[in-house]
Amino acid sequence: MKLEDIQSRIESNIPGAKAEVRDMGGGDHIHAVVVADAFAGKPLIEQHRMVLDLFKAEIDLNDVHALQLKTLTSGQAKEMGIE
Amino acid sequence: MSDVVKKVEEKIKSKDAVIFMKGTPSFPMCGFSARAVEALKAVDADFDFVNILEEADMWEGVKQVTSWPTSPQIFVRGEFIGGCDITLEMYESGDLEKKLQ
Repeated sequence: MKLEDIQSRIESNIPGAKAEVRDMGGGDHIHAVVVADAFAGKPLIEQHRMVLDLFKAEIDLNDVHALQLKTLTSGQAKEMGIE
Repeated sequence: MSDVVKKVEEKIKSKDAVIFMKGTPSFPMCGFSARAVEALKAVDADFDFVNILEEADMWEGVKQVTSWPTSPQIFVRGEFIGGCDITLEMYESGDLEKKLQ
């Protein structure tokens, strides 16, 4: 699955999300940093589930073997110096 | 409740922590499983594992229980805490150790 497709699927499904997607090697180990205020007030596990659920089909088909996530609200992103 | 879900439920309560992983703690077959095991070892967790490469039924069962599609999957005190990245974040923040006390 192409990185741009992963990014656009995240950004079009999670309101106000900004995603930065990188390939950790091999094309199926993907790392995504997702900044969205839709995460505010949600436990980390729910934040990750919001993103993972978008790729259930690809994960089951092993197109995406592993999707490592860093989820943040815009406030947390600013604190960490991520635009 | 299906038999395999019952087996999963019993397994996740059998130890302080349980990891459904690819491979074994001494021979992890995936980097994320390996890193999650390292975190559990680093906090001296009394943990058990399920090698999902050898127990496909347990893998299907745990995915039903957590509705989480990826591996590894880590449980602490019977509660699903997430995959590798959340476990590492909890390790770094000290939450993992606190949950195991």
